[in-house]
Amino acid sequence: MAGMSGKRLQKELAKIQGILPPGISLVSADDLREWQMDLTVPDNSIYPPDEKYRLRFHFSTNYPIEAPEVVFMLLSNPERKIPLHPHIYSNGIICLDLLDKQGWSPVHNVESVCISIQSMLASNTKAERPPGDAEFVRSNRSRPRDINFLYHDPTV
Amino acid sequence: MPPTRKRKLDQTASTIHATSPPKRHQAEEFKEVEAALPATPQTLTSDKGMDSDDDFNSVASSMDLGEEMSSSVDFGAGDSDGDVEEYEDDNTGFEATAKDLANKRKAFETDFKVYSPQDIQNQQDGQVAEVANLLEQPPEATAILLRYGRWNKERLIEQYMDNQEELLEKAGLGQDIRRNPPRIETVIGFACDICCEDGQDLESFAMTCGHRFCTDCYRQYLTQKIKDEGEAARIKCPGDRCNKVIDAKSLDLLVPSDLTDRYHVLLMRTYVDDRESLKWCPAPNCVYAVECGVKKRDLLKVVPTVHCECKHAFCFGCTLADHQPCPCALVKKWLKKCADDSETANWISANTKECPKCHSTIEKNGGCNHMTCRKCKNEFCWMCMGLWSEHGTSWYNCSRFEEKSGHDARDAQAKSRQSLERYLHYYNRYANHEQSAKLDKDIFHKTEKKMTLLQSTSGMSWIEVQFLEGASQALQQCRETLKWTYAFAYYLARNNQTEIFEDNQRDLEMAVENLSEMFEKPTDQLAGLKVEMLDKTAYCQKRKVVVLDDTARKLKEGEWDLLLLTPC
Ligand SMILES: [Zn+2]
Ligand SMILES: [Zn+2]
Ligand SMILES: [Zn+2]
Ligand SMILES: [Zn+2]
Ligand SMILES: [Zn+2]
Ligand SMILES: [Zn+2]
Repeated sequence: MAGMSGKRLQKELAKIQGILPPGISLVSADDLREWQMDLTVPDNSIYPPDEKYRLRFHFSTNYPIEAPEVVFMLLSNPERKIPLHPHIYSNGIICLDLLDKQGWSPVHNVESVCISIQSMLASNTKAERPPGDAEFVRSNRSRPRDINFLYHDPTV
Repeated sequence: MPPTRKRKLDQTASTIHATSPPKRHQAEEFKEVEAALPATPQTLTSDKGMDSDDDFNSVASSMDLGEEMSSSVDFGAGDSDGDVEEYEDDNTGFEATAKDLANKRKAFETDFKVYSPQDIQNQQDGQVAEVANLLEQPPEATAILLRYGRWNKERLIEQYMDNQEELLEKAGLGQDIRRNPPRIETVIGFACDICCEDGQDLESFAMTCGHRFCTDCYRQYLTQKIKDEGEAARIKCPGDRCNKVIDAKSLDLLVPSDLTDRYHVLLMRTYVDDRESLKWCPAPNCVYAVECGVKKRDLLKVVPTVHCECKHAFCFGCTLADHQPCPCALVKKWLKKCADDSETANWISANTKECPKCHSTIEKNGGCNHMTCRKCKNEFCWMCMGLWSEHGTSWYNCSRFEEKSGHDARDAQAKSRQSLERYLHYYNRYANHEQSAKLDKDIFHKTEKKMTLLQSTSGMSWIEVQFLEGASQALQQCRETLKWTYAFAYYLARNNQTEIFEDNQRDLEMAVENLSEMFEKPTDQLAGLKVEMLDKTAYCQKRKVVVLDDTARKLKEGEWDLLLLTPC
C-alpha cells in the first residue's frame, strides 16, 4: 500500500489483533484500506447491552495525517442498526469533531476513535436523531469529511 | 488620493447602532437609523459596535474572544474618541472628517484606498514590529498573537497587560518561545506517534508543548494543512487537542521553500480576510486589496463603489461589479429573482394562470376548460377561474362569469398578473441595457478597426481618435448605471421623490441612446462628428452623475420607500 498509511496501519492492526478494550472488536481488515469494527454500549438503557453496531473505517493514503472516514453501517445479516443519537444521522454519518479537519490529530488511531464513539454513545441521554435528519439524509451527497457540521456539542 | 485625516469616533453613530434591532428586521432598522441620523456623516467608520458578521463570529467564538474583539478591525481608530492625535501617523488614513467628505465629494462617492501585496505585507510587518516592541515578544510570537486577536492592537495589548499568561495560552503560544528557539533534533528512545517509526538518527521536532514527531510526519502534516486545507494563521500542533500554533520560524525549519511561500500568501490572505475594512479586488488575477470604511450595517444607506488599480470598479459591500445606484440587498434580491424568473417569465405571462387556491402555476395544455391543479387538486374553470363544481355540466360553454368564486379568483389573478407585469416592465429594461451594452461594445470594436484604417487615409493621429474610445467607455458605464436604476425602481414604492428619479432616469436614457446612435454613423463621417460626440459623451456623464448623486443622497437620508420586504 502506497503512502505513509501502510506501515502505520500494519502496526495498528498488529496491536488491535492482540488486545482491545471491552465492547470493541475487529470484524475485518482484509483490505488494509477499509476496516470494520463492532461496538457495544455498556450501561445505557437506550442501547440494549447485546446489540452490536458496525463501524466502517476508510483510510486514505494520507492517513493518519488525514482523518479516516468513519460511518455506522446498516446491515440485515448480521443485523446492525444505526444507533440512535443526536449526532448520528440515520444514514450512519457521525457528527463528531474528532473526525473532521479541525478536531483530528494524527496521533489518534482506530482504537481511540472507537473508544470516543463508544463513550459518546454511553453518555447519551437523548434517544433521538439530529435535527433535520430526514432532510439531510435525503439531500446529502458529500463525503462525511467534506461536510461542515454546524455544531459539535461536546456535552451530548 | 490626497492624504486624509483620521476621523473621530462618531458618538451618534455608535449610539444608533447600539439601539438598532437585530439584522433580520432590516427594513425597520433602516428607518430607525435614518430617523436618528444627523444630516452630515458620510460613512460610519470606526465604531466598536457588535457586528454580527457570521463568518467573524464563528471563528471568534471558537477562540473565546467574544464579539467585541471580532469587530473593530480599523487601524487603531477604535477607542480614539477625543484622542485623535495618537493615531495620526498610522499609515492608513482613508477616513476623512464628515465635513471634508461633504464638501469634496458627490454623495455617491466613497473613500477608499488601494493596496498592493507589498503594501499589505508592509502594513502587516509594521504592526507586528510595533506590537512586538511594545510587548517585548519576538515577531513570530507577536504575529500569532495579532492573528489571534484579529489585528485589533489596542484590545490585544490590553488583554496582554491584564493577563499575559492566559492570552499566550489561548493564542496557542504557551511561554518561552524566546528561550527555546525552534530546532530539529535526534532524541534517544524517540518513536514517532504518527508513523510509528523509531531509530537513533530519526530527526524529530517539537514545539514548546513537547509533542514530538519525526520531521517527515511534521512536514506531511503541514503540507496537508497548507496545501489541501489552505490554512496558515492557525495551524495547530499535531498533538491531540493541543492548541499550540505553529509559528513562521518553525515552519521555515520544517517545510520546503515553495510551501513557505504558499504559507505566506495564505497569511496575507487571512490578514485581509480578518479585517472588515479590507477586501481583495475580485477581478480575476488581480492582486490588489482595497480598504474602505463602509461597514455591513451601512449598506442600506450607501452603495460603496471602489475603483481598483486594475481599473475594475466593484462594490465594497458585496464585491459584485459596480451596481450603483442600487443597494447591495436589493441587488441580491433582484439577481435572485431574475435567475428564478427570467427565462420563464414571458412565457408564463402568456400561457399560464395561477391556481386560484394554492397559487401554483398551471399550464393549459389542451382545449378543455376544466382544470385540475396538480398540486392541490382544486378543480376550476380556465376561462372564468371559478370553482368547477359551480359549473354543473355546462363546462363546454362557460357561462358562469358572474359567479362569486370566479369573480374573486379573477381579482386575485389580476393582482398577481399585475405584479408580474410590473416585474417584466423593469426586467425588460434592465435586460435591454445589459444587452445593449454588449452591442455597443461590438460596434465600437468594429468602428475602432475602421478608425485605424481611417487614420492612415485621413492623416488623423492616434490621439485624435481617442474620443471614440472615451465615448464607448462612457456609454458602457452609463448603461450599467441605467441597468441598475431599473432594478432599483422595481423595489421603489411611489412617493413624492420617485417622479424626480424617473425624470433623471429618462434624461440619462435619452442621453445614452443619442450617444449610442452616433456609433451607427458611417465611419467616414465620424471624424467630422468628433465635437458632437465629445459633447454627447460629456452630457451622458453629466446625466449619470445627476442620477447617482440624487439617489445616493436620498438613500443616505432615507427618502426612498424601499420595498425591502417584498418577497423575491
Ligand atoms: Zn513520523
Ligand atoms: Zn503540542
Ligand atoms: Zn483589481
Ligand atoms: Zn454591493
Ligand atoms: Zn392548486
Ligand atoms: Zn367558467
